[in-house]
Amino acid sequence: MKKGTLRQILLITDGCSNQGEDPVAMAALAREHGMTVNVIGVLDENERTEGLKEIENIALSGGGIHQLVYAKQLSHTVQMVTRKAMTQTIQGFIHKELQSILGHDKEIEDLPPDKRGQVVEVVDELGETMDLEVLIMIDTSASMQHKLPTVEDALLDLSISLHSRIGENEYALYAFPGKRKQVERLMDWTPILKDIHTIFPKLTTGGITPTGPALKEAIDAYQKKRSKRGLLDDGYIEESSS
Amino acid sequence: MTGTSKNQVADVPRGTTISGKWNKQTYQIMKKLGSGALGTVYLADSVKGRVALKIGTDSMSITSEVNVLKQLSMVQGTVLGPFFYEIDDWERSGKKFPFYVMEYIDGEPLFTFINRRGKEWIGILMLQLLRDLSALHREGWVFGDLKPDNLLVEGSPPTVRWLDVGGTTPMGRSVKEFTEFFDRGYWGLGNRVAEPSYDLFSVAMIVLNAGYPKRFDRPKKDAEHYLMNKIESSQLLKEYKPILRKALLGKYGYASEMRQELFALLQGEKTNVRKNKVNSSHSRVAARQTRPKAKKKRTGWVETVLLVAFLLFFYTLYLVGHIF
Repeated sequence: MKKGTLRQILLITDGCSNQGEDPVAMAALAREHGMTVNVIGVLDENERTEGLKEIENIALSGGGIHQLVYAKQLSHTVQMVTRKAMTQTIQGFIHKELQSILGHDKEIEDLPPDKRGQVVEVVDELGETMDLEVLIMIDTSASMQHKLPTVEDALLDLSISLHSRIGENEYALYAFPGKRKQVERLMDWTPILKDIHTIFPKLTTGGITPTGPALKEAIDAYQKKRSKRGLLDDGYIEESSS
Repeated sequence: MTGTSKNQVADVPRGTTISGKWNKQTYQIMKKLGSGALGTVYLADSVKGRVALKIGTDSMSITSEVNVLKQLSMVQGTVLGPFFYEIDDWERSGKKFPFYVMEYIDGEPLFTFINRRGKEWIGILMLQLLRDLSALHREGWVFGDLKPDNLLVEGSPPTVRWLDVGGTTPMGRSVKEFTEFFDRGYWGLGNRVAEPSYDLFSVAMIVLNAGYPKRFDRPKKDAEHYLMNKIESSQLLKEYKPILRKALLGKYGYASEMRQELFALLQGEKTNVRKNKVNSSHSRVAARQTRPKAKKKRTGWVETVLLVAFLLFFYTLYLVGHIF
């Protein structure tokens, strides 16, 4: 099996989008492009979860995972969601392979338990060794202001977990809304997430929540990266395009 | 929680008979023992006697745990995790629930035991834990999610047993399951690569947890200094400081190293306190008392040499005084 690259969009937000394209539609588009959209909703203690439905729907149509957390638990959640989503994508991929061998109506559960063990080992192996690209989208609308330091911690924590893997990692960081545009690039693709402590203090918060346009930008960023690399590397797993 | 909705298993009532689809074994549910993110564990009766039975929802994660249990069952000579019996599916009203069966460990939570029997047990139980970890590491595995909740003290003589080995990771891979307080990554004191020092950090934090039952959060910066302060300001932890410090800073490459130093530290302390209490029948006590003796002998020898040198010096002065 050829080792490929997993591509994720990680959306960290605390509420409803209120400008531009429908984020659920944009997530569906991302999925068509072979990316997974994961969404983490950050709440204050005692906060009502008005954006809940949207958060859930974005993840659902983006083929990813969503999770609502209080700011305090964010670190643990961000790395967990990222890893779970990786496993889920790989499982989906393996599942298809199995179906092509065993027949279309077969599931992993149709294998005797002893055989399943080997499937799990393959999934674990891939989760550990596959390359991963994560495009992180941070909601910087006004209500997120006091949560940003926690987001910074959580991203550092994420990089500790991912760098403990054998596979390579690349990150890009975007904020929405940006200073002048709806979406602003904070950090271009980089293998190390260490410099974020220089970026976060400069972030300004305020105004609208253009989640849809942000996702659209994320797709574009991936497209650009791909066309740049296309000549050198064609190792992506195209598992959602069938 | 996840995008794909999984069918949750409702609690299985007492008396229910679970029968396996593949192996055709049957189990009678006796009571619920506990539940976690991946499933619920029950005490059950079977032809094997009393067993623990874990019913999950996701066959991949259940299978993953079984992979680890099987590996641990193969480790010779030492009993590491619970003994693994079998994995199967249970079909109930058209749905399939994966489950596995393992040894039932009838033990007491680590801290409940320590609170009941006395703080001196911390060191002894940690020695046991380090010995088992050493065996696990030799086999190429790292425990990962090491914490008091995953440890039980069983039987007489009291023995530490591992309850949940789901976080066990092959050496060199990344630890995926962890609990913040016991995770060196959370404290900014290392990565999450599965290696012996990852577990040894957690062992040190278990001891810290004994001193601070409510645990505490990480500081904004300089976690190292913060943790050392926590150790210093606890009567219970102070005596373990040299060892805790080394474990927290990743200075031990092997569990056996940490075990040896803890052993030596306990010896020093126990010979003082326990001399008049010769009730312990463990062979360890014998070993414990031989080494300090040797140490004493050596200091005695040094004293003699010093005394002789001193006398010689004065004698020379005396002689010199005589000549002039």
